[in-house]
Amino acid sequence: MDAFMQFIFSGLTVGAVYALVALGFTIIYNASDVVNFAQGEFVMLGGMITVFAFDAGLPLPLAAAIAIVITAGIGVALNKFAIEPARGAPVVTLIIITIGASILIRGASQVVFDKQLHRLPAFSGDDPIHVLGATLLPQSLWVIGGAIGIFIALWLFFTRTLLGKAVLATANNRLAAQLVGINTGFVMTLSFALSAAIGALAGVLVTPITLVSYDVGVGLALKGFAAAMLGGMGNPKGALAGGLLLGLFEALTAGYISSQYKEAVAFIVILAVLFVMPQGLFGAKKTERV
Amino acid sequence: MKVTTTALATLMALGIATAAHAEIKLGASLSASGGAAFLGDPEAKTLEMLVEELNAKGGINGEKVELVLYDDGGDPNKARTFATRLVEDDEVSAIIGGSTTGTTMSILAVAESEGIPFISLAGAIQIIDPVRQFVFKTPHTDRMACEKIFTDMQKNGITKIGMISGTDGFGASMEAQCKDVAGGYEIEIVAQETYAPQDADMTPQLTKIKSTDGVQAILNPGFGQGPAIVTRNYAQLGIDLPLYQSHGVASDGFIELAGPDAAEGVRLPGTALLIADIIEDGDPQKDVVSAYKAAYEEKYGEDVSTFGGYAHDAFKLMTGAIERAGSDDPEEIRDALEATDGLVGTTGTYTFSADDHLGLDLSAFRMLEIRDGEWVSVD
Repeated sequence: MDAFMQFIFSGLTVGAVYALVALGFTIIYNASDVVNFAQGEFVMLGGMITVFAFDAGLPLPLAAAIAIVITAGIGVALNKFAIEPARGAPVVTLIIITIGASILIRGASQVVFDKQLHRLPAFSGDDPIHVLGATLLPQSLWVIGGAIGIFIALWLFFTRTLLGKAVLATANNRLAAQLVGINTGFVMTLSFALSAAIGALAGVLVTPITLVSYDVGVGLALKGFAAAMLGGMGNPKGALAGGLLLGLFEALTAGYISSQYKEAVAFIVILAVLFVMPQGLFGAKKTERV
Repeated sequence: MKVTTTALATLMALGIATAAHAEIKLGASLSASGGAAFLGDPEAKTLEMLVEELNAKGGINGEKVELVLYDDGGDPNKARTFATRLVEDDEVSAIIGGSTTGTTMSILAVAESEGIPFISLAGAIQIIDPVRQFVFKTPHTDRMACEKIFTDMQKNGITKIGMISGTDGFGASMEAQCKDVAGGYEIEIVAQETYAPQDADMTPQLTKIKSTDGVQAILNPGFGQGPAIVTRNYAQLGIDLPLYQSHGVASDGFIELAGPDAAEGVRLPGTALLIADIIEDGDPQKDVVSAYKAAYEEKYGEDVSTFGGYAHDAFKLMTGAIERAGSDDPEEIRDALEATDGLVGTTGTYTFSADDHLGLDLSAFRMLEIRDGEWVSVD
């Protein structure tokens, strides 16, 4: 029982990290159908900028705020200088542009920052919390809480605000959205800024657990992408559920079968789910008009 | 016509000028960026610093040393291209490099077929076993690290251990070597777990090892963030067995990443460089490690690492050999290199021979323990 609880806690911690990254994918995807492969880089930037600002003597909340604002600015720049000039290009082209952007950001950060690993102090200390014979670090609660908080905020944004609906309308049909008076250029800018900010916030929250260096983005983006696909791309509920499920699969496989197979089992489960439900657990069914 | 003649004359004059100031060309291909940057970056910085230092002192036998340095990004294909370029275009007399075993294997093939002396900075035993005429290396092997750890375990009466290793090249290679030599030290590996290099939590694996019957200690071969996370999860779960890490995380950065509280009591085989401040006077390595540490930290404002030390030793070995050979002929440098006897480096004391191109023994490793956030020698 103790061991089982430990596996669950581990799964939830890791799963919340994946969910945070997956949530970042949703806004840009909803606005433009583009899977932004530079999302992992936003997470990395959030962590790295916070670490360097914090080491320079700024208080942690201020360092985190600076990191989020700068990263959002980089997101806007990415849209302005790379995505917008290619407007009208097929989605695949835009996705490839984001891959290029991720390589550029990674390369630039190893020059601007350094190539070492860094960590942030945990927000509420390192003393483990004992629950039912298992242990959980306070930082895990921050990550899980952060994932749930962002999920609620996104859900409200897309269902309760006019702006959120404008984002969905832009994705659905850009021309029609323009015709009803939506400023689609602004929607795109906003969606990149928000996605980057969510990524940066995720970076701040997970850095005390996962550590950060200039090259952590690729691995995080891959797992976050897998989680988003499992849950259903573009749906915040899917991102949260997909992330947590992926984390739990990995932890339980490592605990009960073998850590050698944990990634393999997790990906087999994802393939199986996508085989039955190609749109993911919570993804909207797409109907193509012919 | 006149112009052409002048230009020609100038060119010739330049040519003669260069020939008169013949420089010794030293080539290097390191992984200063990419996944192995934590190895290649300090190595490249070390070489640049040492070349500068040497030239300021007048070079080797009055001749300046020119360093031709390439960044292969940890890619064996690029390493091969650069090695070929070093030999054919840059016409270097010797090569230092290969931050990783993969890039080393590429450079090694070129160096061996072209007959250029080559000192590798990578760990695997395959580099020097079987012995290749032109290939040497400075870091101790994974196997030696395992042997050092098992010697310490044996001394403490430990016979049953659990292993948790990274699935990256370093972790996998060391895991295999440790399994291979464990029997010789009457140590039984009763639990075996792995983690991927970027995993964020290893508590399931550690919980499993902890609940395995008879485990007396846990060994974690790996580098990068993995071992730091393992160490923190270890403290989180309150496991009270001794934890052994590998030489892959032998740096002050590791204590910082894992946190001094969690790292308390962790043991690992490291080099004299890590304990430069507390090393006893009269220790043969004292002067070498103190001088290198002071120079590096002053120039770059960051902590020295064991890996930069490998490059330091390779540079000293190579320039020492060039000096003794008294020429920049690759063949003669190789012979002088193989005759190296008792060169004191940061990693250990090197004595090469025709059938030993590593030249270190187990005494090069020191068993270190972390106490109150500092390294302490427990040999």
